[in-house]
Amino acid sequence: MHLSETVNTGYYFLAPGLVLVPIVGLLINAIFGKYFSEKVVGTVASLASGTAFVISVLLAYSVSLNHGEVMRWQFLEWIHVGNLSLDWTFRIDSLSATMMLVVSGVGTLIHIYAIGYMHEDVRFKHEEGRFNRFFLYLNLFIAAMMILVSGDSYMMLFVGWEGVGLCSFLLIGFWYEMDTLARPSWANSNAAKKAFITNRVGDFGFLMAGFLMFWHLGSFQFDEVFKAVPAVAEAQPWIIVAITLFMLVGVAGKSAQIPLYIWLPDAMAGPTPVSALIHAATMVTAGVYLVTRSAPLYTLVPQAQYIVAMVGAGTALFAATIAVGQYDIKKVLAYSTISQLGFMVAAVGMGAYVAGMFHLITHAFFKALLFLSAGSVILGLERGHHAHAHHAAHDDHGKGKKKDGKKEEHGHGHDDHGEVFDPGDMRNMGGLRKTMPVTFWLYMIGTLALAGIFPFAGFWSKDEILLDASLHFKSVYGQLTIAAFFTAFYMGRQIWMVFFGEARSDAAKHAEESPKVMTVPLMVLAVLSVAGGALNLPFEGFHNLTHWLSHTLGEVEGLPLNLGVAGISTALALTAIFVSWLLYGRNPLKAGQPDPLKKPLGFIFTGMENKWFVDEGYGVLILTPFKKLSQFLADVIDWRFWHDFVHETVIAGTYNWLSETILSQYADQKGIDTFFNSWGTFTQWLSGQVRKIQNGFVRSYALSVLLGVVLILGYLILK
Amino acid sequence: MVPVDYYIALSAILFTIGALGVLSRRNPLIIFMSIELMLNAANLAFVAFASVYQTFSGQIFVFFVIAVAAAEVAVGLALIVEIFKSKKNINIDEMNSLKG
Repeated sequence: MHLSETVNTGYYFLAPGLVLVPIVGLLINAIFGKYFSEKVVGTVASLASGTAFVISVLLAYSVSLNHGEVMRWQFLEWIHVGNLSLDWTFRIDSLSATMMLVVSGVGTLIHIYAIGYMHEDVRFKHEEGRFNRFFLYLNLFIAAMMILVSGDSYMMLFVGWEGVGLCSFLLIGFWYEMDTLARPSWANSNAAKKAFITNRVGDFGFLMAGFLMFWHLGSFQFDEVFKAVPAVAEAQPWIIVAITLFMLVGVAGKSAQIPLYIWLPDAMAGPTPVSALIHAATMVTAGVYLVTRSAPLYTLVPQAQYIVAMVGAGTALFAATIAVGQYDIKKVLAYSTISQLGFMVAAVGMGAYVAGMFHLITHAFFKALLFLSAGSVILGLERGHHAHAHHAAHDDHGKGKKKDGKKEEHGHGHDDHGEVFDPGDMRNMGGLRKTMPVTFWLYMIGTLALAGIFPFAGFWSKDEILLDASLHFKSVYGQLTIAAFFTAFYMGRQIWMVFFGEARSDAAKHAEESPKVMTVPLMVLAVLSVAGGALNLPFEGFHNLTHWLSHTLGEVEGLPLNLGVAGISTALALTAIFVSWLLYGRNPLKAGQPDPLKKPLGFIFTGMENKWFVDEGYGVLILTPFKKLSQFLADVIDWRFWHDFVHETVIAGTYNWLSETILSQYADQKGIDTFFNSWGTFTQWLSGQVRKIQNGFVRSYALSVLLGVVLILGYLILK
Repeated sequence: MVPVDYYIALSAILFTIGALGVLSRRNPLIIFMSIELMLNAANLAFVAFASVYQTFSGQIFVFFVIAVAAAEVAVGLALIVEIFKSKKNINIDEMNSLKG
């Protein structure tokens, strides 16, 4: 059904396919997956995602064909109660089309990569159901994310919001029965729960914002809300402030901002493609999308904008410092993601929506590239570890089986080579540039893009944010610049530690390059990371993304390149890389050597290493009191008071007393029993007496008859 | 004509003798004879009053009584014979199994 009258050309009718095609892929794999080989399962899932990408392209084309006109394609009726009417309507405009392209494009590449990755994942052990299940979840995620970005109302957006949260939970806990080193433990499922519960806090904020919105603005539908906003903002501005700030809580949950970012580093427990897809490129940017979508609300309340910008900037700086002190290759990237999300949130908070979206897109490219390359590194080390361990085992066989016998008994599991080997620990790496050259170059491109080196994609998008900040929010600009310095530093540190110097473990020495199915998607992402900046070059006549998004966000002025801001950030990035070379590149880390920053920085580095003890702080501030409270409620209130006292003593005791003492002993046994037993006894006594008459002597019967006759006659006569 | 009082007195005496015989004797044959005595005492009273009131109903009733008495004796003697067969005596006090 066409809601807009002016628009009737294009491929809008394909919009439901965005959601339905991944669902169909999911169903095919769910029903027939067990008959398929791994390759077929992966291909079906990738094709489903790829089709969604094709549809996204066609929809984006349709939008441009109609000069950015908003198209609302009603698919199904949903809720009609009173004056609330919600429908499943697809909203296709330049903003949602951009998000669709990013989600399905990056998503498809990651699907393809995952075919190779999941096949090799050590924990996988060729369990067919698992492989299938992974792709089910991935397709479900694409569908949910499409609902999120294409929804035409806040409630439809919320449906997708919860859907991606569910998929995130399922995929973080994908190896639910082990920890990240495949030892039996509940660590991974706890990480999944942490993510889910932290997101509940954010969802609470989202829901409160939604309720307020419906109460005061009368609708959930975007256009109607935006139409109602100015009047309310005039009369009761605090309502809009409350809505936007509650929304910020939701954003902080989903997009991992202070204070709810803590789940994202733990989410690295999921398989690496998941970290790339959900926890770097797409789902975590949902918060940025939400703020951008709600631009008409935020624009009217500068106080809320200021808070959003400060939260973003604070997160960007804070997370960047933690990333410096991490050793796990994925953890560094996780904190980097939080930091970059901080950049985006700061940008949209400042009202620089285009800059935020631009950074969202380029970040999706280069962070997916980095994560997937990190996955390639980890698998490379795994291969080296296995090859080497196998080799060593053969040597031992030569020397004599006795010494080796004990180890053999453990079977051929992962941890049968003595100590558990952590393939994600950068201290176990080093020198991978020679053994994994393709991954090295891909990683280099991702790093340069993230560090913001000219002319990679990250340079343009980050620069646009910094430029906006320097014009409007000096404090945000300061924080973001320092964060950018740290970004370049920790990425430099990672490059030197992982790819340069000498191998610090046997596994790194024997590391092997990944197969084509993994590297080819990476190459595509690398090209995008290099050229992604072309989307919105800050030169006259080039602001493509700005023009494209202005159809949705209103006219935005494309800022020209500011050589001062760009120069400072580039100089800082280069300095940071140089400093990291001084520390990690010039004298490569030796095996077992502590981090060279540890000594000069002392407790500061300990803080960075331990994530500034935020988790511990939450533990003391929230978890411990919460557990104590729940324990108190369970033990004292529920068990001792409610169960033992109220139920057992008062209710059950009274009832027992009443039934046993009063009713049973007195009323029943003494009263009713006695009454009826007396009747029984009397009847027995009476019958005993009467029985004596019937003694069997015929003559006494005859006498009785005679006496009876005499009595009756006597009575008759004497009457 | 003999006044009716004498008949009634004789009937009463005969009935009393019969009743006492039934109650006191142990031999069933004697008891039977005593019962006959009582029946005939009753017959005598019937007949006496029949002649006083000049009706036949009393006399007809006597016929019935005589017939019934004959039948009763026949059944009773048969019973006594059967009892003798099983118990080898006919002492009336031995026949006391009819009790609760």
